[in-house]
Amino acid sequence: MNKQPAIKLCGITKSFDKVVANDHIDLSVQRGEILALLGENGSGKTTLMNILAGIYQPDSGEIFIDGERVSIHAPEDANRLGIGMIHQHFKLVDVHTAADNIILGAEPKGLFLRKSRYEKVREISERFGLSVEPTKKIYNMSVGEKQTVEILKVLYRGANILILDEPTAVLTVQEIRRLFDILRRMRDEGCAIIIITHKLGEVMEISDRVTVLRKGKSVATVETASSDIHTLTELMVGSSVNLSIERTERTHSGTLLETHHLSVESDDGVRMLDDVSMTLEKGEILGVAGVAGSGQRELCETIAGLMPIREGAILFKKKNIENMTPRQIFQAGISMSFIPEDRLGMGLAASMGIIDNMLLKTYQDAKGPFVRKKDARLKAETITEKLRISTSGMDAPVRLMSGGNVQKVLLGREIESDPQVLITAYPVRGLDINTSYTIYDALNEQKKKGTGVLFICEDLDVMLELCDRIMVLCHGKVTGIVDAAKTTKEELGLLMTDAAGKGDTENVD
Amino acid sequence: MLTDFFSRFHIVKKTNSAGTNPLLLSFLSLVAALIIGGLFILCLGKNPFAVYGVIIEGAFKIARTGAYVFKTIGYAIPLVITSIAVSIAFKMKFWNIGAEGQMIAGAILASYFALFQSQMPHWLLLLVMVLAGAVGGGLLGTIPAFFKCKFDTNETLFTLMLNYIALSVITYLKDGPWSETPGFPGIAKFADNARLDIVGGVHIGWIFTVLLVVAAFIYMRYTKHGYEISVIGDSINTARYAGMNVNRVILRTMFISGALCGIAGMIQVSGIEHTLGESVAGGRGFTAIIIAWLSRLNPFVCVLFSMLFATLQQGCSGSALLKLGLSPYVADILQGIILFVILAFDFFTQYKIVCRGRKNA
Repeated sequence: MNKQPAIKLCGITKSFDKVVANDHIDLSVQRGEILALLGENGSGKTTLMNILAGIYQPDSGEIFIDGERVSIHAPEDANRLGIGMIHQHFKLVDVHTAADNIILGAEPKGLFLRKSRYEKVREISERFGLSVEPTKKIYNMSVGEKQTVEILKVLYRGANILILDEPTAVLTVQEIRRLFDILRRMRDEGCAIIIITHKLGEVMEISDRVTVLRKGKSVATVETASSDIHTLTELMVGSSVNLSIERTERTHSGTLLETHHLSVESDDGVRMLDDVSMTLEKGEILGVAGVAGSGQRELCETIAGLMPIREGAILFKKKNIENMTPRQIFQAGISMSFIPEDRLGMGLAASMGIIDNMLLKTYQDAKGPFVRKKDARLKAETITEKLRISTSGMDAPVRLMSGGNVQKVLLGREIESDPQVLITAYPVRGLDINTSYTIYDALNEQKKKGTGVLFICEDLDVMLELCDRIMVLCHGKVTGIVDAAKTTKEELGLLMTDAAGKGDTENVD
Repeated sequence: MLTDFFSRFHIVKKTNSAGTNPLLLSFLSLVAALIIGGLFILCLGKNPFAVYGVIIEGAFKIARTGAYVFKTIGYAIPLVITSIAVSIAFKMKFWNIGAEGQMIAGAILASYFALFQSQMPHWLLLLVMVLAGAVGGGLLGTIPAFFKCKFDTNETLFTLMLNYIALSVITYLKDGPWSETPGFPGIAKFADNARLDIVGGVHIGWIFTVLLVVAAFIYMRYTKHGYEISVIGDSINTARYAGMNVNRVILRTMFISGALCGIAGMIQVSGIEHTLGESVAGGRGFTAIIIAWLSRLNPFVCVLFSMLFATLQQGCSGSALLKLGLSPYVADILQGIILFVILAFDFFTQYKIVCRGRKNA
């Protein structure tokens, strides 16, 4: 086998205006090796991978593929060199079949598509042991299947250097295991694999070596076997951190919010929530686990008054708030805060500054036809200071801020309104460790005040540590509500896929 | 080889937040357009400075026969009003390209009172005509908004098609019920009672326009309504999340947008044309879209660009250009060039082209 590394990067530097995203980064991957690329948000991982994929060009530095110096000007160049990138957000055409997505952009010559494409795709998927039905439409697929299609897409183009950007974010425990099997098999076939992830547990499990980036520099490369989670975190953050999430004692009791046999349908009549009954107590954090698209979003939006209820009821302190609009809920004297999954598309007005965003839920309270910006300015200054939001100005559009800061603006506004119920959908998604812990602390603070917190999250480890109880959803049904202190990841994983079977509402508590 | 050459140039999305001030860019593109237009004139064998001089003279000269500048302002007034009207809708990302039809609808309703109720006291009649114009334009604007809210129809197509319907209504009225002499198409001139008064050389519509510019600026920037419009323009989900009644805001805003266009139509019939004809909107509703876009939806800047377009139109319409051997359609060509250049510049607000050297090759 070729002793030259499959990829070798020497002194890659890339800056955007005054920000140096990559500062003399060195990195190498051998064939038959899985390298984990670790780093906080903004440490330059994505920039680096985009350079490899031909989306950005480095300002200086050299790239070697199999010992040969190359320059990658465009994604086509990367393709030709056998580099395939699997993005975090799938880039698939929903209404097409798996095979059509796979050959898209790499179609054989000629005017018409040939039937043989299905055979070709099947051949490749069998060779790598990936089970995908070539004629299945994407919209009928689970997230795991979609990802397999993405992988096949790059393999079809003959890629033998694979880059995966946070591939596990949307997968279940079982799907992650299958993905890792696939990656190991490809490694054994001689592929070089780079995997970007935030989750240290996965780094330990799958990688052979780890390269850690911090603030655009490569600070260390270590053998996974001779390292541990703690060392890696310290390398990543630059100081030693306490990784455990505190679960504060519950100091309040009493039911705050209940749903009874709640059913909700999407616009096209698909049942998204099916007979969901649950309670949210004062001063507790109730986690909601489930595979992506199991009804988490619908649960949040229904409680927040954004989706019509088909059947069932929602009670707040025994008072029915069924089918009230967000405004009516507020006018009924209920202080409910909602941090939606889509921060810029729902929680905030993206082109407005922090001040105008503070007004979003309160502007209607001002008397007269004008908005009152004075209080909003004060509020904006308070949260900017309290949550250490870095901004180029109070009126600069929030869409230009980094993900962590955007989330802080949203969380800050919602917490400032002193909520009784706080609904948070994926509050730490895409955030780095420090910001994540700021958010966990803020949630615990709310819990102490007696707020009922609904916490939707995809990281089971975090849920197990932070939540008091965890409710598991599968296809819109509650498959279990368990005590977080007594359950395990495996049990949650099984409930998430409804391995127990019937999908009936049963309390495993 | 050529492909090699081109492959060295790449279009890159700008990443810096500050970017170039879009308004500055609008003005820069204007300058560039004048230069390119000048080159065009040069190709025709004329002196561009002389031609531009003639245009400016034609638009601003104060002669014994009357001040041209007042004509130019008169031409700019409906442009200002309609461009502000569409700006309000555009801010909401509701693509109202029906200013033309809304102007016509306003003009028709206002003309009804001018033609058949002209015995009213002068000021009352004008007030009624303004209200009629507002209602006519407002209703025509609300129809596509209603269908958008109810059935999620495409407002661009809807407002566009209504333009032609409105235009056909005039043709019908002219040929039939409102015809001055049966059998001959044509509507009577308005009585003096139904004409706008002249104040300081231009019909009184200019005072309304000045007030509107200030009011629109305040409305968009400091009122709850303006805030709602901006949030909906950003994201309808955010608006719903904030507890806004999205449909109500869309209907209300489109009524306002249409009503302003309708008032522009009323001002045009009562202040300039003094009768109702198919040329009452005359493409101004479409020009307004361009102006709104160039002005980045800022009412004050709308005034500047409206004056510019009016200057081109008025300055090219006189006989001076003919004497130079140029057709009045030069105005259209220059407008076209300005538009092209501005679109090109717009591209550079978001993207830049980088040339990759050979150092890595």
